[in-house]
Amino acid sequence: MAFQRKLVAGLISLLGIMLSSGLHAAADMNMRPGVTETSIAAYDLHMMVIWVMVWVSVAVFGAMIYSFIFHRKSKHPVPATFSHSTKVEFIWTIIPIIILIYLTIPAIKLLIKMEDASDSEMSVQVTGSQWKWHYKYLDQDISFYSNLSTPPEQYEDFDHQGTDKGENYLLEVDNMVVLPINTKIRFLVTADDVIHSWWVPEIAVKKDAIPGFINETWTNIPTPGIYRGQCTELCGKNHGFMPIVIKAVSKADFTAWVDTKNAEKKAAADAAAAAAAASWDMDKLMALGETTYKSTCAGCHGVTGEGIQGLFPALKGSPIATGPVAAHMGIVVHGPSSKKMPAFGAVLTDAQLAAVITYERNAWGNSTGDMVQPSDIQAFKAGN
Amino acid sequence: MSDHHPTGIKRWLFTTNHKDIGTMYLWFSFVMFLTGGAMAMVIRAELYQPGLQFVEPAFFNQMTTMHGLIMVFGAVMPSMVGLANWLIPMQIGAPDMALPRMNNWSFWILPFAFTMLLSSLFMEGGAPNFGWTFYAPLSTTYAPPSTDFFIFGVHMMGISSIMGAINVIVTVFNMRAPGMTLMKMPLFVWTWLITAFLLIMVMPVLAGAVTMMLTDRHFGTSFFDAAGGGDPVMFQHIFWFFGHPEVYIMILPAFGVVSEIIPAFSRKKLFGYSSMVYATASIALLSFIVWAHHMFATGMPVAGELFFMIATMLIAVPTGVKIFNWVATMWQGSLTFETPMLFSISFVILFTIGGFSGVMLAMAPVDFQYHDTYFVVAHFHYVLFPGAIFGTTAAVYFWLPKWTGKMYNETLGKIHFWMSMVFVNLTFFPMHFSGLAGMPRRIPDYNMMFAEFNMWASIGAFGLGLTQIFFLVTIIMAIRNGKKAEDKQWDGATGLEWDALPSPVPYHTFATPPKVD
Ligand code: HEC
Ligand SMILES: [Cu+2]
Ligand SMILES: [Cu+2]
Repeated sequence: MAFQRKLVAGLISLLGIMLSSGLHAAADMNMRPGVTETSIAAYDLHMMVIWVMVWVSVAVFGAMIYSFIFHRKSKHPVPATFSHSTKVEFIWTIIPIIILIYLTIPAIKLLIKMEDASDSEMSVQVTGSQWKWHYKYLDQDISFYSNLSTPPEQYEDFDHQGTDKGENYLLEVDNMVVLPINTKIRFLVTADDVIHSWWVPEIAVKKDAIPGFINETWTNIPTPGIYRGQCTELCGKNHGFMPIVIKAVSKADFTAWVDTKNAEKKAAADAAAAAAAASWDMDKLMALGETTYKSTCAGCHGVTGEGIQGLFPALKGSPIATGPVAAHMGIVVHGPSSKKMPAFGAVLTDAQLAAVITYERNAWGNSTGDMVQPSDIQAFKAGN
Repeated sequence: MSDHHPTGIKRWLFTTNHKDIGTMYLWFSFVMFLTGGAMAMVIRAELYQPGLQFVEPAFFNQMTTMHGLIMVFGAVMPSMVGLANWLIPMQIGAPDMALPRMNNWSFWILPFAFTMLLSSLFMEGGAPNFGWTFYAPLSTTYAPPSTDFFIFGVHMMGISSIMGAINVIVTVFNMRAPGMTLMKMPLFVWTWLITAFLLIMVMPVLAGAVTMMLTDRHFGTSFFDAAGGGDPVMFQHIFWFFGHPEVYIMILPAFGVVSEIIPAFSRKKLFGYSSMVYATASIALLSFIVWAHHMFATGMPVAGELFFMIATMLIAVPTGVKIFNWVATMWQGSLTFETPMLFSISFVILFTIGGFSGVMLAMAPVDFQYHDTYFVVAHFHYVLFPGAIFGTTAAVYFWLPKWTGKMYNETLGKIHFWMSMVFVNLTFFPMHFSGLAGMPRRIPDYNMMFAEFNMWASIGAFGLGLTQIFFLVTIIMAIRNGKKAEDKQWDGATGLEWDALPSPVPYHTFATPPKVD
């Protein structure tokens, strides 16, 4: 008996040591604590549950293993006959309740804190759409789209040659969300089309972006750095390709960034006005059209305009892209009545709209020869 | 005389015999299991390493969607109904199910429902691609045309499940042998009775959800479209009001199975029979008030989050009672480890691990870090594969001698077990890590930091795929030329099917009810 008890004690402590060293050695297997107060609190709670679970497993699995060894038929030919014990059953109903209360109290406290976005110092509106994020700084009057910047050559490997992938493969974007540190920032999260979800593990913020509704969440980042996340709600074909990148900077750097952004915005507006006033030749329209098409439209309609049967119509040979120009402008500027495609009237500049429509009407064998000028777009918008 | 039955295709088409229907359910579910498994192989092949090697993201989404739908509705649920058909009449001393013609119909709907669902793979725009949870508006405004076939398929399998459930309830309440009081029923019958009530409660809710989708898609309603005054989140409430009880629908009968098998190989009565019954009933009741734990990130008010968090954690209490009771059943028993027992033991261990991650997911403030990552994928595969599927597997090995009168080869059974055990863990354990490291679910490609975990998971999954072929061969060999089984193949087994019936069981049993004392 004494030997058996020692053996079991030995086994149990061995298991404990293995588990704990496993957990420590493999930090990259575990949740990252992140950088904010709430993310660290969530991590602590996570570790607390893990340890509770480890000890419960040691008890339950320990008892089972003990049975396997000492109550096997060869060792224990005559089974006991007990089949219930009110006392024991009462105890093992109460103990889990106590453990659960022990876990729930900190969880309640943390949850209430995480859901309290009051007293925030600035607000950013986050809008998900298939398959990019739009950020609008409500207090700074800045807004931009943020797209995946990993080029398709890195992920398309259908010929099995292997591709060179950058360090931040699929977790890099063209425009990062720049945020000041030590500032309580409120995010207003919503979507244009389907449900997306905005998740940055390092700050423990995950909020669903729901079309037609605005969700609120917040963070307060203490340390400068770059924090990467991804969309976590299945949102269609390119769900795996809409990352989120936050760049947290000092307050001074943030102000400087806001100034540059504003200057850029003014320059861009001037350039757009000049471009809109100018008359473009075919080559220029086609060149800008191609870049715009590849970055904005190819995700659905395909690089060569072939679309996906049944989901996204082919533009190659499409009756709209080869028919009357007004209908083509209408669907691109205002979106189709089915709402399956976003309206691009406010997303692209007039020059980009003109160029992309021209491109669609003259690429992949669509040879209408039509040219759409930025001024045509302006007139079209004004006319409607 | 008692063995007289029609032969050929007519036997199977027109049968009203619970044993034939049970057999058809089991084979159907196995075929679906292999089909859904083949899709899992496509998924794991694509995820074997970073980069897109085999399938386009659009097709990948069809695979994850169809894999989930087929496994849940085609493999797990019918397998449980198959077991119910075979076992419930024998265990309560009834000659057949109470409504045998309806029984025939509820089975024969299924092949049509799934043919329709699978045919969507060949349609323009492809199969449904919005995940087995089919959240609106991805499944309404933005869904492929084949979605209507999916909707009709779900309606059909819903009708089939409801009829199956009605049959179980009517049978259990009306056809028990004299002396078989409710509290004497084998636990498998109890868990199925409770499951049947869950089915009747929630399958109509699912039917409502898909019908609203249908009218949103074609008849101008806006149940799930904010622009018309609807709400996409309402879809999730309705779906999970079905979906959470659904997970218990898949697992409760398996609880029943191991509650039969563990006592048999411990040669000891089930510990705490009545607390097992009450625990099952409380799990079922609680399952109706926890649905929104799947929706913590949707922007629910804090009060709602608190309610659903606490209610969910409460489920751990009756679940714990069940696990402790199984352990106490083995305690001081006289254990042997034949294949059904091995599957049942690993059921208890691995289901417990799935339960642990369940408690973790229930804690709303940390759930924000786990939700919709591979951690969730790991969690529900731990409760479904070593849970529901190991449960069914254990049942097949345990009752096969009774059903067919033939014994499987114990060595092959054990090899099957160890392959399953190794590959299940190799497949699904690393998913905990990739989830914690930050990998979202349902993505076709990922950053290199998740590469190692995905590689292991894929290797495990291929092994798990092979294991199922091995299982098929083992079973076919047993049925074809297995050794003759004893009437009471397992010395520790109890219950009418072992004590009052020969092996193989005749085609018609209990024409005169047995006496139970
Ligand atoms: C999110 C996916 C998506 C993106 C991005 C997208 N489209 Fe579309 N597009 C669609 C869908 C879906 C339709 C079909 C709408 C319908 O028929 O109701 C469509 C239809 C069209 C049509 C009409 C084709 C026809 O024959 O019916 C044109 C023209 C078009 N899109 C142009 C564009 C341009 C230009 C862009 C880029 C600025 C673009 N699309 C970006 C999804 C998209
Ligand atoms: Cu997404
Ligand atoms: Cu649930």
